Amino acid sequence: MHELAVTEEILSLVLSEANKNSATKVKHVKLVIGEMTGIVNESVSFYFNEISKGTIAEGATLSFKRIPAAGRCRDCGYQFEVKDFVWACPHCESLNINITAGKELYLESLGVI
Amino acid sequence: MEIKVLKPILGANDQRAQENRSLLEKNNIVAINFTASPGAGKTSLLMATIKALRDEFRIGVVEGDVSSAIDAETVAKEGIPVVQINTGGACHLDATMISNALGSLPTQDLDVLFIENVGNLICPASFALGEHRKVLVASVPEGHDKPHKYPMMFSDSDAVVLNKIDLKPYIDFDEQKFTAAVEGLREGALIFPVSCKTGEGIDSWVSWLREQIRGEQGS
Repeated sequence: MHELAVTEEILSLVLSEANKNSATKVKHVKLVIGEMTGIVNESVSFYFNEISKGTIAEGATLSFKRIPAAGRCRDCGYQFEVKDFVWACPHCESLNINITAGKELYLESLGVI
Repeated sequence: MEIKVLKPILGANDQRAQENRSLLEKNNIVAINFTASPGAGKTSLLMATIKALRDEFRIGVVEGDVSSAIDAETVAKEGIPVVQINTGGACHLDATMISNALGSLPTQDLDVLFIENVGNLICPASFALGEHRKVLVASVPEGHDKPHKYPMMFSDSDAVVLNKIDLKPYIDFDEQKFTAAVEGLREGALIFPVSCKTGEGIDSWVSWLREQIRGEQGS
């Protein structure tokens, strides 16, 4: 839903990192996105293609590493990946979960020339 | 050539949020970010809260909406300094918008800033504003399943105000399930059941908020 705003930040970070490394062209962009952020890969790619036009990142390929939501049960200590967005411990069924992964949103690396 | 970056995508927003926080603290202002789905009663809660606290604190308000100045007009009628931000389609407030709004508010004459975010339980979760506390306003007609549908927002909120409890007799809302889900997603979560319509529960919500404001101002 908020992919345009997020993609604008991605592009600005990509261009700033590419400039720092005196790159003339960005070939690919590797992103890490947690499932809980609600970010849709296809929307980010779509916006990126549009807003990167006329910059050195035009035509760059985006790849996405999706991090599943994960939790640790506060009652039995079980650590697990949240499947199908069921927010309960698969071991003891408790709802008391500390979320340990799934909120990631960062730029991992860039391929440049 | 491969460049390792490993930087948060919203790092620039986080940085601006930090600058807002510094500006707020320089002026000893405590900022509260209210999030909710549309129609949960953020503005009603804000009005009830302003009424209860206006004799103790100098309050300012930032209203975030996709369009219209309806909420800002409601607040301005009370003689409270208010800035309306129309995001023009964007589904959340970001730190730059708050920074601009702070420029239009009498920051030297404020103790508290209430920020009413755009009605949306997804996007505002990702954008820090520089606030001291995040309060999520939920309401009985939305249903008890919302915490598990919007876990990011619920797990990031310091307190949840459950509004419209006067409607409980008419709606299949399982308060026990709601409470268990909220407390499950955030250890020690605080839930304040209220009705902005009847005034029920407002006192205990306001006492908690007063404590938070005094605590932050004293620190």
